[in-house]
Amino acid sequence: MLSYALRRIAGTVPTLLVIISVSFCVVRLAPGGPFAQEQALPPAVRANLDRLYGLDQPLTVQYAHYLRGLLHGDFGPSLRQRDFTVSELIAQGLPLSATLGLAAILLAVLTGVPAGVLAALWRNRGADYLITTLAAVALALPSFVTGPLFALVFGLYLRWLPVAGWQHGAPRYLVLPVLTLALPVAAYLARLTRASLLEVLGALYVRSARARGLGAARVLWRHALRPALMPVVSYLGPAVAFVMTGSLVVETVFGLPGTGRYLVEGAIDRDYPLVMGMIVVYGALTLLLNLIADLLYGWLDPGVRRE
Amino acid sequence: MNEQAPAAAHGLWRDAGRRLLGNRIALAALGVIALVALFALLAPSLSPWSYDGLDWEHLALPPGGRAAHWLGTDRLGRDLFVRALHGVRVSLLLSVLASLVSLVIGVLWGAVAGLAGGRTDGWMMRVVDVLYSLPYLFIVIILTTLWQRGSIAVLLLALGAVGWLTTARIVRGQALALKHREFIEAARAVGVPASAILLRHIVPNLLGPVLVYAMLIVPQMIVFESFLSFLGLGVQEPHASLGNLILVGAQEMESAPWMLLVPAAFLIVLLICFNFLGDALRDAFDPRER
Repeated sequence: MLSYALRRIAGTVPTLLVIISVSFCVVRLAPGGPFAQEQALPPAVRANLDRLYGLDQPLTVQYAHYLRGLLHGDFGPSLRQRDFTVSELIAQGLPLSATLGLAAILLAVLTGVPAGVLAALWRNRGADYLITTLAAVALALPSFVTGPLFALVFGLYLRWLPVAGWQHGAPRYLVLPVLTLALPVAAYLARLTRASLLEVLGALYVRSARARGLGAARVLWRHALRPALMPVVSYLGPAVAFVMTGSLVVETVFGLPGTGRYLVEGAIDRDYPLVMGMIVVYGALTLLLNLIADLLYGWLDPGVRRE
Repeated sequence: MNEQAPAAAHGLWRDAGRRLLGNRIALAALGVIALVALFALLAPSLSPWSYDGLDWEHLALPPGGRAAHWLGTDRLGRDLFVRALHGVRVSLLLSVLASLVSLVIGVLWGAVAGLAGGRTDGWMMRVVDVLYSLPYLFIVIILTTLWQRGSIAVLLLALGAVGWLTTARIVRGQALALKHREFIEAARAVGVPASAILLRHIVPNLLGPVLVYAMLIVPQMIVFESFLSFLGLGVQEPHASLGNLILVGAQEMESAPWMLLVPAAFLIVLLICFNFLGDALRDAFDPRER
């Protein structure tokens, strides 16, 4: 297990470095710069700005400088939001985005997995058709459609919940965003659980457990459920990446001050340090969570460790 | 051997076709998609309005057909019926083209990796893995910042760049399996160059499963395209895409919910139909998963 873990961790570091280097090159090579729009600045001002932010130096020097800063947790100053460093901006927004994402994944697991189990147990009956159809529809709809529709129905027409806003994290304001984020993940989990449980229930050892006279509930709990949940565990890594992207939409739709919008705003404004900071943070988070999912998977399934 | 292989392939296609035709949901979905596409192509010419024409006398008009604005107008008095169908047209066209782009990249990348094998294969698939581990939006945002926003070519490239990863994996697996078949060995033995083996023998034999997968990509591309336009990185005003219509609709929904509901309805219908069709196609070609 230890060598498996070490191998996985060792594989992650170069990937992160590649992500940082490639995105650094691509972001910098894009034509136009943060100070190149609207009315042209006087050349002297331009030169001063470039010098202040180190943009006048060769790319290799800038790259080395950036990497050195990263090691100290310094993402550099934001070029457009003048009074903040990128680290400050991210530190402000990340707790909210993380809360949203974690709550959504928790909700998705707690609803999606039981729904999938029920659908598998009631295979080809009314409840199964209902669950699979609902899951198919929920999977088809992107969150930038479901979000506004939820706000319209639950916020404007039924008036159960606030349409948008934040109020410093009052739970009422987070219900609709979390619901929007969780819906597609829950639908996918339901589908995944159903398919894998059906496969396991058809396996010989489950049949022999049944033949020994074990009750249906005991067969499910003791024998079928654990192997059936393996694909669910391995989906959790990609699910996190999905939710992080989704939080971008949800934060836009519901007007929440998370980190998601920085990525888009930064890209539009050519705020290099901000875009880079977001890519590094999100890339590292994705890799970390994929790593955790991998390790969990290796712990649950000894066969995976020796490949 | 050589004569059996095409026969088996034929059998697979015929079987799949029969299963698909027997699936009423899939047929209905296909019919609705065709209808919407045809409608998007023809119906705007029935309306007296154009997608960017302003009607100052009817700003934010609710649906109901006054002044031939069948589905109402937006804040600037532009006709929503025409704009929504214009958006459907843009979304469908872009997503089909983007699917083709990703198909070409994916097939070539996967086939070369599978055929080359060894270290080249390892590196090429490592690239795919790294790109996979990033949320796709990063790639797209980086690519859209490369050139000016709203350029159709950039949008296509960005969408295609995301879609090819899975295709490349599927194709590589297939190419690995094909590589050791007798007819490839025979071609190599008589001295056919590697590039000709790739294009004449490997790629044509891969097309079946890849085409099925391409049908599954199209709805994803519709979602990506509208999503980008929703974020303001895709199709730009005054052009309409379902994504930027939904963005405006979401901002205006308190006073004018139809601005959200009209484009959302079109998008929902399209996506649900494409997904049901895609699921049916996958079942038709792979009946195990049921």
